[in-house]
Amino acid sequence: MKSDGNVERYVNPYLGGTLLGLVLFAAFALTSEGLGASGAINRVQTAVVKVVAGGHVDRNGYFAETAGGSRNPLAHPSVLMLAGTLVGGLLSGLLHGRVRAEIRKGPRISATTRLLMAFAGGAIMGFGARMARGCTSGQALSGGAVLSVGSWAFMFAVFGGAYALAYSLRRYWN
Amino acid sequence: MGPLNLTAEWGTLASWLTPLAIGIGFGAVLEMSGFGDSRKLAAQFYLKDLTVLKVMFTAIIVAAVLLGLSSALGLIDFDHVWVNPTYLVPGIVGGLVMGVGFIVGGFCPGTSVVASATLKLDGLVFLGGVAAGVFAFGETAGFFDGFWRSTAMGRFTLPDLLGVDAGWVLVGVVAMALFMFALAEAAEAWFGRGERPRLSAILSRRPMAIGAPVLLLALALTTAAIGQPDAEDRWEMHEAELGPKLADRSVFVHPREVAELLADTQVYTLVLDVRDESAFNLFHLPSSRRVAPAGLETPESLKLLKSAPDNEVIFIVSEGEGGATEAWKILAASGVQNVYVLEGGISRWREVFPSAADVSTHSDHPDFERKVKLIKKAKAAKGCG
Repeated sequence: MKSDGNVERYVNPYLGGTLLGLVLFAAFALTSEGLGASGAINRVQTAVVKVVAGGHVDRNGYFAETAGGSRNPLAHPSVLMLAGTLVGGLLSGLLHGRVRAEIRKGPRISATTRLLMAFAGGAIMGFGARMARGCTSGQALSGGAVLSVGSWAFMFAVFGGAYALAYSLRRYWN
Repeated sequence: MGPLNLTAEWGTLASWLTPLAIGIGFGAVLEMSGFGDSRKLAAQFYLKDLTVLKVMFTAIIVAAVLLGLSSALGLIDFDHVWVNPTYLVPGIVGGLVMGVGFIVGGFCPGTSVVASATLKLDGLVFLGGVAAGVFAFGETAGFFDGFWRSTAMGRFTLPDLLGVDAGWVLVGVVAMALFMFALAEAAEAWFGRGERPRLSAILSRRPMAIGAPVLLLALALTTAAIGQPDAEDRWEMHEAELGPKLADRSVFVHPREVAELLADTQVYTLVLDVRDESAFNLFHLPSSRRVAPAGLETPESLKLLKSAPDNEVIFIVSEGEGGATEAWKILAASGVQNVYVLEGGISRWREVFPSAADVSTHSDHPDFERKVKLIKKAKAAKGCG
């Protein structure tokens, strides 16, 4: 592992959290909804399927809900929020000199292993996020802030699932 | 009063630019906090670097306290704030699955977007995986649709669950978060740096460590002391918008129109009679239900009435119009849609329909104006998670 000069340059987590809380509050006050990412990823993905196989989208109830018939799955505020998240991440990355093509991984695994794990983890995460009707941002963060019972249960389940498996995977990260 | 209706108040362009701007803030804060780095995220689960927990819970308590306080002060109508509906078991199962995905893949969907923006290849590949997983869910959702829709509890918050004012729940949540932060600092010292965790060391390293939590706790206590708005407060908040409907009598419906709608098989009707029991027993409208006015204000009955389908009309009935109008104010100010008052009350009804047989013989009477307009509920579902 190359020693990490970046780590010290991240903002204090409590300051970062406070800023994130302010963004979240602004989202609720201005749009009545919180933050999210997986819903928009779902819409982009459905848009791609619609281009490739439009009829399939219309016949699948789950896809048709956002993209059936003349519905445009991308015409939704959450997609703009996703675009904004990319732009914001890029701006902050540029400002702090952290934009460079690289793979972040544990010291004992190869880049290929890391990428395979990333894909597998992403797929599990994407599936779980739709099952739970939201990801860490949409359910845990936003639902947590409005004190939704389901979101709090979800949040502890996410941490529970990750901690339960962490020990078995320690070789991959440490 | 918030939350803003962006399209109505600032135009369509603003309704598109605002989520973009919020997204930029979201992405920037995630990146600044180090959430673009999978190793930093994964370290959470080896107790070496608990940034994820600290950032997330700080954000939740800051936003929750600001929302609770704004609601208590009447600046934001919490009824119009989106609350993720609870589907308890699918939520927990999905959460466990996501936890597994988190430790395997090193990201959650939002953080992988930020990682991709800063060209972390593992982030990009993870994002591709998310799209594949989302696709797989769409393809298979039909097989476990019943499970996915099970244990639905609708809009259900911790204050509803615990039956206490939201302010006190906030005090509890803030206190719990602060306790977790202390544990997190201790864990980082022990597992991350191999030091003995000492409270004094934690506090001396972070000069803000006392001030900010004290401020947040004070705000939560203030929220609890003010209390969330009751029916009367809510009417005051909404009087400017709802008062005119009473003044121009557009919510007072002629008995003949009520009778028509009761017979109409295309609409559901709910007739709520707010008179006392003896009056109700002597005479009441067909298929009406007696409710005590105080019973209308309870969170359970408001929730039930608000979840009524779009084609349900609610009529409130009293002897004259007085009692029903008071009940209308409670329901309308709480955001219940399609609520009307029987014009002239029961006494007028009995003048128009002297016997039960007259009710069914209604024919076209041009001498009254039809007023009921079914309003579609503003928000059915959020497309996002």
